[in-house]
Amino acid sequence: MRLKDTLENYTFVLPAVLIFGIFYIIPFIWVFQLGLFEWDGIMPTKIFVGLENFKEIFSADPSWWQSMRNAGYITLIALTFQNALAFLLAWACDREIKLKNFYRAIFFIPPILSEIVVGMAWRFIINDVDGANIINRGLIGIGLPQLAHNWLSDPKSALTTVALVHSWKGFGWGFLIFLAGLQTIPRELYEAARVDGANAWQTFRKITIPLMIPVIVLVAILTILGSMQAFALIIGLVGGEFAGHTSVPVLRILASMRGSSRFGYACAQGITFGLILVIISFIQYRFSKKARQMT
Amino acid sequence: MKKNSCFRIFCLLASFIFLLNFSGCGTGPSDSSTITIWHWMTDRDASFQALAKQYEEQTGIKVDFELYAPSDAYSQKVRAAAQGSTLPDIFGILGEKRDFASFIKAGHILDLSSYMNESQGAWKNRFFKKALAVNEFSEQNSYGVTPGIYGVPIDIMTIQMVYNKDLLKKLGANPNKPPVNFDDFISLGTKIKENNLQGLVSGWGELWMVDCLANNYAFNIMGKDKVIATIKGEVPYTDPDWVKVFTLFQQMRESGILAEGIVTMVNKTAEQLFATGKAVFAFNGSWCVNVYKGMNPKLNYGAMLPPRAAQNYPVSIWGGAGSSFMVNARSAKKDAAIKFLKWLTDKEQQVYLADHTFNLPANKDSIGRIPEVMAQFADDVELSTHPNTWGVSEFPAVIETLDRGLQSIIIGEKTPQQVAAETQKVKEREMAKRR
Repeated sequence: MRLKDTLENYTFVLPAVLIFGIFYIIPFIWVFQLGLFEWDGIMPTKIFVGLENFKEIFSADPSWWQSMRNAGYITLIALTFQNALAFLLAWACDREIKLKNFYRAIFFIPPILSEIVVGMAWRFIINDVDGANIINRGLIGIGLPQLAHNWLSDPKSALTTVALVHSWKGFGWGFLIFLAGLQTIPRELYEAARVDGANAWQTFRKITIPLMIPVIVLVAILTILGSMQAFALIIGLVGGEFAGHTSVPVLRILASMRGSSRFGYACAQGITFGLILVIISFIQYRFSKKARQMT
Repeated sequence: MKKNSCFRIFCLLASFIFLLNFSGCGTGPSDSSTITIWHWMTDRDASFQALAKQYEEQTGIKVDFELYAPSDAYSQKVRAAAQGSTLPDIFGILGEKRDFASFIKAGHILDLSSYMNESQGAWKNRFFKKALAVNEFSEQNSYGVTPGIYGVPIDIMTIQMVYNKDLLKKLGANPNKPPVNFDDFISLGTKIKENNLQGLVSGWGELWMVDCLANNYAFNIMGKDKVIATIKGEVPYTDPDWVKVFTLFQQMRESGILAEGIVTMVNKTAEQLFATGKAVFAFNGSWCVNVYKGMNPKLNYGAMLPPRAAQNYPVSIWGGAGSSFMVNARSAKKDAAIKFLKWLTDKEQQVYLADHTFNLPANKDSIGRIPEVMAQFADDVELSTHPNTWGVSEFPAVIETLDRGLQSIIIGEKTPQQVAAETQKVKEREMAKRR
């Protein structure tokens, strides 16, 4: 009877296990396995090269590490500028202000737009050759003509422009999660603090921040994962890797797979990239755990 | 209790049905009399469908053209189908010659040589030689493919320059005599800037187009043999002739002939700029005739070769088969597929395609009835070459380094010598790896 119950219970979870296995576990194992081969994606035979593809990534592919640095920069801007903006706006909308529901809806529009559409729209806004040149016109209008230039075609500003547009596109998610987090903080805590004579800054520092740490960690992890994997927006904005200045890991993987027909190497890049993301997320999780204990 | 058991049985049944559904995933049986063709050519789909209908009326054989776009998605679909042996009767391959060779070696593509040579080569002789060359593997080719013809060209293309006649006149130049020499070409840069226009536009954000112009000039400066010798590793990229090729891009940048932001420009943007009269020159393929017609039917322009940078060798342009179809070697309807392709490349059908899609026909007998600008492109077919006809392929990593290097030269970040050294370094690394 007990065996029957156990079997019955396993049968209930079988579809979920199968789906997870077919669509997650098996592809992951297969991708890792392909990473050990030299294969063009067409021939039925694959040449086993062991860890050579991984060795090449770590020792002979500077363009890969340049793309990692670029993705790191985009992520840094997103973690700081994007999340600070999201937090501030969420904090403002959590208070009793006029039209707060309208603002909530407006701030959530960018994340639901397609990345490629956002990229092309911003390209039109920014570019002067084939666009409206609005940024430069604005700079000239406010008396800063020396700052006006071709933002997307200048290697010094291309990546920062990409990072800022990415932040604009992504801050809505953070805004929504922060807002939900802020609304879970009991109002009595703020009232008690006010009765005790705490000012706004002290309340923010001693109540809001400590209670929001789990939410901040969640948003930070999602930001890292999202920003490191950005690529469609870059294609829409600058058309590709722009001599390596806007190259990111996903574009490199695509280049290995499509441009060079090196499926094995692309799989090795994918595995390396995935592991790097897991390590970053793990470090961040540990760090946040410590921060929570300290507060 | 009874209710609970019923619920459990229901859940188990639901799980079982769910699993059965999964096991049923896959391709269904196809109609045995229909010829299935996969393609990526959005602009030609309506014409293909019309021709398929016409063919069915004439022969009773149904032809099903299935469009999968964009081309990147199509390319992945064909590769995946090759892995699962589910390729259709006829399909096209996008990519380089080595990809084409891999499909053949994997047994997916039928050798059409015997069909092409039937009746004293009646089918073969109707095509432009350059168009057929792209689908041909010669004796002792470096890909290890049995020599033969493995594809049927549907249309041809050349990639060269176009110029806006009205803007050239505005700049004080003869609108019917575009610059022939490189120095004359770049000397227009200053005037173009003064008139607040863009000079040369092209989709150099996509690497292959900048690579294409660099190859044109490599052929012009050092000749085909030296280019091939470089690919074989017998001549380094640091050779003065290669440095000269890279220097041309530096000169173009310094002269102001290049449009602003050309290295982040996608070809669609370049086409818009040229079609709307904002740019004087464009580097584009012959497909642009159709694009410009759609964007600005009144555009007054002509086709020209890239201006000569040296007198030693002729200017070569990339060209040959624009798109080709291959027959699935494992298809049960091989003969029917070949019959259809013979019909599709007949004069009448080729004229129909040229008239409706503004692509140059692969059948040389159909060339008489095409518009003037298209005829200008067609005139230059004989000057065309293509990496797929060279018999050797450069390492993808080398091509990428060279192309990114050219982008760096254009934005003033690297010198031609630096790019030459970096490209050679990658070349040596790749050659060592192959050894």
